Amino acid sequence: MRSGNQGNPVLDIRSLSAAYGEVTALDRVSISVNRGEILGLIGPNGAGKSTLIRVVSGILKAKAGEVLLNKQNITSYTPSQRARVLAVVPQARQLGGAFSVEQAVLLGRTAYLGFLGKPSKLDLEKTYWAMEQTEVTHLSERKLAEISGGEQQRVLLARALAQDTPVLLLDEPTNHLDLKYQVNLLTLLKSLVNKQNLTVLMAMHDLNQVSGTADRVALLVDGCLHSIGKPEEVLTPENINETYQTKVESFNHPRTGKHYIFPMM
Amino acid sequence: MLVLAFVLSIALGAVTIPPGNALRILLGKLPWFEISGNWPEYFETILWEMRLPHTILVALTGAALAGSGAAFQGLFRNPLADPYLIGVASGAGLGAIAIMSFSQAGKYLVPIGAFIGALGTIYAVYALAKVGRIVPLTTLILAGVAVGSFASALTSFLMLVSDQMILQAMSFLLGGSTVAGWEPLKIAFPYLIAGMTMLVISGHSLNVLQFGEEQAQQLGLPVEKVKILIIVAASLTTAAAVSFSGVIGFVGLVVPHVIRMVWGGDYKKLIPLSILGGGFTLLISDLAARIVMAPRSLPVGIVTALVGAPFFLWILRRAKREVFW
Repeated sequence: MRSGNQGNPVLDIRSLSAAYGEVTALDRVSISVNRGEILGLIGPNGAGKSTLIRVVSGILKAKAGEVLLNKQNITSYTPSQRARVLAVVPQARQLGGAFSVEQAVLLGRTAYLGFLGKPSKLDLEKTYWAMEQTEVTHLSERKLAEISGGEQQRVLLARALAQDTPVLLLDEPTNHLDLKYQVNLLTLLKSLVNKQNLTVLMAMHDLNQVSGTADRVALLVDGCLHSIGKPEEVLTPENINETYQTKVESFNHPRTGKHYIFPMM
Repeated sequence: MLVLAFVLSIALGAVTIPPGNALRILLGKLPWFEISGNWPEYFETILWEMRLPHTILVALTGAALAGSGAAFQGLFRNPLADPYLIGVASGAGLGAIAIMSFSQAGKYLVPIGAFIGALGTIYAVYALAKVGRIVPLTTLILAGVAVGSFASALTSFLMLVSDQMILQAMSFLLGGSTVAGWEPLKIAFPYLIAGMTMLVISGHSLNVLQFGEEQAQQLGLPVEKVKILIIVAASLTTAAAVSFSGVIGFVGLVVPHVIRMVWGGDYKKLIPLSILGGGFTLLISDLAARIVMAPRSLPVGIVTALVGAPFFLWILRRAKREVFW
């Protein structure tokens, strides 16, 4: 359905390598993400998912290869230009605890705010809209340090939505959420992608959530791209067994036809 | 409150001028007031030539130290950063003394020397304290103490070598603000105002930085530029204060902390409020320093350390379970 517009990637990662000092974290990874597509990034711990997000968002320099965002090298953007095209939802940890939820979400507008940080009417509208979307409006006056990990995660998503960008990167966004909010977040993400033609690159742990949400899946192992394609092509028992060293079985949901896998215990 | 402290500071001291008279003398200096009264003429001299410039300098110094303390705390995301504790004040002191002892050009160059000393120190402390991508509380304070002690030792050495100025320098290091008259104020004023203005407009950037440098950059803040701006502003402000008032500790730590507890952690409010609160606090401390042992006056640095050091320990103890930070 949406994977038809090949050859016009919004995000084009070309033979990308990255390292922390001497330790290689990514080794010649090529992935492209098309407009209106959700690409799920999976792989065992330490496979390089977070590193890929850090390079693509321009905070870690590539050792080799390049990242093109709308056909332009990511390093040629200023921080403010980039933040108007691409927003990141980091993992919830180490949040500036003294801010209220509303202040935190408003800072998603940093790229649009002047040096003094005075919000315009549009900035406030986007902030309130984003808080509605992620159901944190009732928390707006609470301090970040006082709310739960799951609530912080939703605040971070709201902050990224307030940024109002065509491209979203998410680093394990369902990590601290309970089942209800996991489902809400993924449903919200899908509906935003449909409505606004967003482009999403999302690192995930839960393979079945990836399968249920992503249009395509990229499997990273030890910094290398193992396989990429439709969920049912990548999430095969053979691939999972090989890369996660875990025996699994796969089946298709009788009603939706979605591809699911089950660990053998 | 600030105004009250200001009037008291002008009025009280070794010679007490009734506050009412003090106010009237001041207003009389303004061109559109015709005020006369029967007070001894030396009241006017003391007030105009000594108390008023001294009071303004003290207020500005306190404002500068508290403002830059708040900025350093935000920049390092560390509740214990203070121009004194992280060694910047000592570095500025070294720069100031070095200029005093080597250069005949004298006092106009002192703030420049102090500024260079402050920047050098902040660079060294930051490089030493950094562990990976963060600056932990412990290493920041340790590096600050080490570099600060080194700078103080060099300062002492310089003082011994050029012995004729040792007394002046000694009281300088204790935060003596022995200088009087309008001259030092005229030199310090532009630096202090420029530095504090830069600090106030950095409030928004400091807010974004509270999410960490990576997230700040992802949110669109030009992190490296902003960091340099804030370091320059805070160092400039500290250096100008140290150049004319000496090394005064703990104002930059205590004041922003109290402000944060009462008004919260929004740096757009925190910086200006710290500046006001710092001016007030140092005026009161200076007043105490002048009154307690009158007619002798203590260096104000002794007063701030006596009150500030226990406060510092108290913060240190609760830093582990800090919620409002």
